[in-house]
Amino acid sequence: MKIAEDVASGLSALDRPNSYIGRSVPRPNLERLTQGRGQYVSDVVLPRMVHVAYLRSPHAHARIKNIDAARAKSAPGVVAVVTGAELAKVISPWVGVLTHLKGIKSAPQHAIAVDRACWQGEAVCAVVARSRAEAEDGCALIDVDYEPLPAVTDAETALDRATPVIHPDLGDNLTFERTLVAGDPDKGFAASDAVVEATFVFGRHTGVTNEPRAIVADFNPGEQRLTVYHSTQAPHMMQHLFAKHLGLEEQQVRVITKDVGGSFGIKVHTYADEMATVALAKLLKRPVKFVADRFESFITDIHARDHRVRAKIGAKKDGTITAFEIDDLTGIGPYSVYPRTSGIEANQVVNLVGGPYTCPNYRALARVVFQNKNVMCQYRAVGHPIATAVTEGLVELAAAKIGMDVVELRRRNLIADDAYPAVGAAGIKFEKLSHHASLDKILAMMDYQKLRAEQAKLRERGIYRGIGFASFIEVTNPSAAFYGVGGARISSQDGATLRLDATGAVFVHSGVTEQGQGAESVLAQCVATSFGVPIERVRVVTGDTDHTPYGGGTWASRAAGIGGEAAWQAGKALRANVLAAAASILQADPKALDIRAGIIVDADTGRERIPLEEVARVVYFRPDTLPPGFQAEFMVTRHYVPRAWPFAFTNGVQASYLEVDTKTGLIQLLKHWCVEDCGTVINPQLVDEQIRGGIVQGIGAALYEHCLYDEAGQMLNGNLMDYLLPMANEMPDIEIGHVVTPTADSELGAKGAGEAGTAGAPASVMNALNDALRPLNATPLLDMPFTPERVLKALGRI
Amino acid sequence: MTRCVPGAIKPWKIAAAGLDMSARQLEISMRINGEAVSAHVEVRKTLVDFLRDNLSLTGTHVGCEHGVCGACTVRLNGEAVRSCLLLAVQCGGAEIETIEGLADSGAISDLQAAFQRRNALQCGYCTPGMLISAHELLASDTAPSRSVIREHISGNYCRCTGYQAIVDAIEQVAQARATAK
Repeated sequence: MKIAEDVASGLSALDRPNSYIGRSVPRPNLERLTQGRGQYVSDVVLPRMVHVAYLRSPHAHARIKNIDAARAKSAPGVVAVVTGAELAKVISPWVGVLTHLKGIKSAPQHAIAVDRACWQGEAVCAVVARSRAEAEDGCALIDVDYEPLPAVTDAETALDRATPVIHPDLGDNLTFERTLVAGDPDKGFAASDAVVEATFVFGRHTGVTNEPRAIVADFNPGEQRLTVYHSTQAPHMMQHLFAKHLGLEEQQVRVITKDVGGSFGIKVHTYADEMATVALAKLLKRPVKFVADRFESFITDIHARDHRVRAKIGAKKDGTITAFEIDDLTGIGPYSVYPRTSGIEANQVVNLVGGPYTCPNYRALARVVFQNKNVMCQYRAVGHPIATAVTEGLVELAAAKIGMDVVELRRRNLIADDAYPAVGAAGIKFEKLSHHASLDKILAMMDYQKLRAEQAKLRERGIYRGIGFASFIEVTNPSAAFYGVGGARISSQDGATLRLDATGAVFVHSGVTEQGQGAESVLAQCVATSFGVPIERVRVVTGDTDHTPYGGGTWASRAAGIGGEAAWQAGKALRANVLAAAASILQADPKALDIRAGIIVDADTGRERIPLEEVARVVYFRPDTLPPGFQAEFMVTRHYVPRAWPFAFTNGVQASYLEVDTKTGLIQLLKHWCVEDCGTVINPQLVDEQIRGGIVQGIGAALYEHCLYDEAGQMLNGNLMDYLLPMANEMPDIEIGHVVTPTADSELGAKGAGEAGTAGAPASVMNALNDALRPLNATPLLDMPFTPERVLKALGRI
Repeated sequence: MTRCVPGAIKPWKIAAAGLDMSARQLEISMRINGEAVSAHVEVRKTLVDFLRDNLSLTGTHVGCEHGVCGACTVRLNGEAVRSCLLLAVQCGGAEIETIEGLADSGAISDLQAAFQRRNALQCGYCTPGMLISAHELLASDTAPSRSVIREHISGNYCRCTGYQAIVDAIEQVAQARATAK
């Protein structure tokens, strides 16, 4: 039994009486979610609501010569059949580029394909009907005359002269390219005693949110307003995009986000079918619902990764790393996804490779190319799993080559804990990291020497176990540097509005959103602590663009660090306002008072003076008794955006212990560890569970998940029978530890923790696998996912 | 693994009732969460769609509609089944329990409390199905090992938690129930 106790963990640097910071208080939404009382978008039913189903292209690339919808239009229950050309009159196309990704280009993308489908799964026609089933019946009655076009599917040949150009206006299939040279990589390699070259491959996979994408759009011509119930991570971003492309003003659009059944970066993008649904609502003047089914999720939810990285490391005999070099190629489908672009992941890979280490010599090339497959974009831990697996894979291969223990090699190269602030080879700035302290801690947690001894002993009996590590850095708390500077209207700032009610309860309205991470709990903890009330008196409201402060939502591990700080500051401001009112009632000095557990007390002695609800009663119902000229303000708003650092980099280290069945190629995960430093830990249980969930998502990428395509661009395994996911039986227990290095950029000192697990898990599993098979002279496995077939091939058994 | 038990479904009941199998709709009666329900249902309608669309029992979730993810798990005549793999009309005469009924009756209150304490859910979408699978396990095995728990819930997909918190919560309930005896 490992039930977390709700006691102060000692992890907090913030010392307020009755502090909730550093405590595992339960999330406010757990009770109703365990009763089946969630409110997901698929649960939303509105008067006159109709359902849309999309007929999707069966071809990866085809001209649409004609659409005959006559039979569908007269089918039972069908309300409307709408083609791409018809819908283009209602909603304008978009182009997914950002100005800070120099040279990135893409083509206009329509809500429904107009004359050409560019991937298998792109919507070519909409059928709106009384029920989803009738809409699907209608789709089956549409005859589309396609002229199949050559499909560009292989990223390796996408830039060849002989390969057709998907968007002729763009001139070639290159979306984005970045090169970087830091230090003197040639000199670095020349000075090395050993050079390891390797090619790492990261299979395409996808988020598989348990709740598929879902949207209900309701256009009311009576008030010229569009209300959208949307399973999204970024309501204000979507408000802007719906307004812009429907030709509405932003204030005409309200986006409501209730429970979101998993997101992981999947639900932070513009999806053509969701834009089409909103346009249909405007066209038909009634609510339209679209819920992706699992099959269409697989061919339309953004895919991720799909990188091929040729990489090189140089090291001296004493273990000093002398240079890194990478050549990254990634295929992103036919369009750069709007508005965040599909160039960010490759850009991140360039930024993050070599990041934990002091080595200044680094050369990088990253190319992003178009292809006729489903679109690819940012998914949990964008770029991190790739950069970490490349870096840490190279580090452990180099250690093997020079005959040094993998831990020792890291110790000699990780940036020293007292060397901050520091700048990484790619120019990324680190405020303060704790690589060495984290490494020390994980070694103690796993009892490294004992584990190595056990491994050696079992090898004598023909049991092949491996230990693999991954030190990593993680981008969190993004400032405007992530998207804003590139022209995307995605708020990097976030806010919290607090309102003290007449009974002493506090309402918190925040611009960040909840998708299960526990953002609402963190906001309540921050406010309860900085204002000074029991947490039961705090009610958090998120996900409504009509009512919450304008904000960015929840992605890139920003909710706690940015939304939490805004809430913390708002709590302090409200406390000052309430103390001013209390002082006025008590004829005391507000500086001599404090609010603790919902009671106004003398700050120095803690003596109770007046309950909060009494102050509220006087202010709301008997303001006539307050001194003339005194006006209480029991509603405050505070905003926060990181300014000192473009990102709050965090760090950590993971370790995997596994056993390989050399006869079957099956891998059994025995145990996994992670030490993470996300600064101030607001809620230890939530942080640990973020990391555990992220690790399992990373394990999925390492061992199971792969969107398989044939040469014609047909996805071969777009269902849950054939696309393997991590299930409970195969997953290990995961032990989590913390090192706490708060950021000085905020008072709270919290950095993000949502990417850490996914960032490091694939690398540590890969290294453990190769460690297990090294005595058998297996070819290093660097091609994820590591299926039994690939393991047996590496062993030369098949 | 949660699984559909053919014996529990009894499709012969439809023919025995003399219903027109070519009809688009059939009349069915069943008990859902202890309440008698009669309805005209489209023959092609799955049980999960019937529960959600016709009866507004939205606690049962649709995740994959092909029997893999377990989000739609309900109890049919006491057994955990995938309601996306059953037609509503196959369930005539059946006793069905959904998360709403189990929550209201208090039958799984200790499991719910343990899931809450252990944060054994994040987005909550898999949770009703996960609770029903856990409930089924603990009804037959009072002291399951962690590996038995892991195996039993391996038909329920959770993307958020990594499963460990769920295993912890179920293990804790098993131990608490054993102690209480």
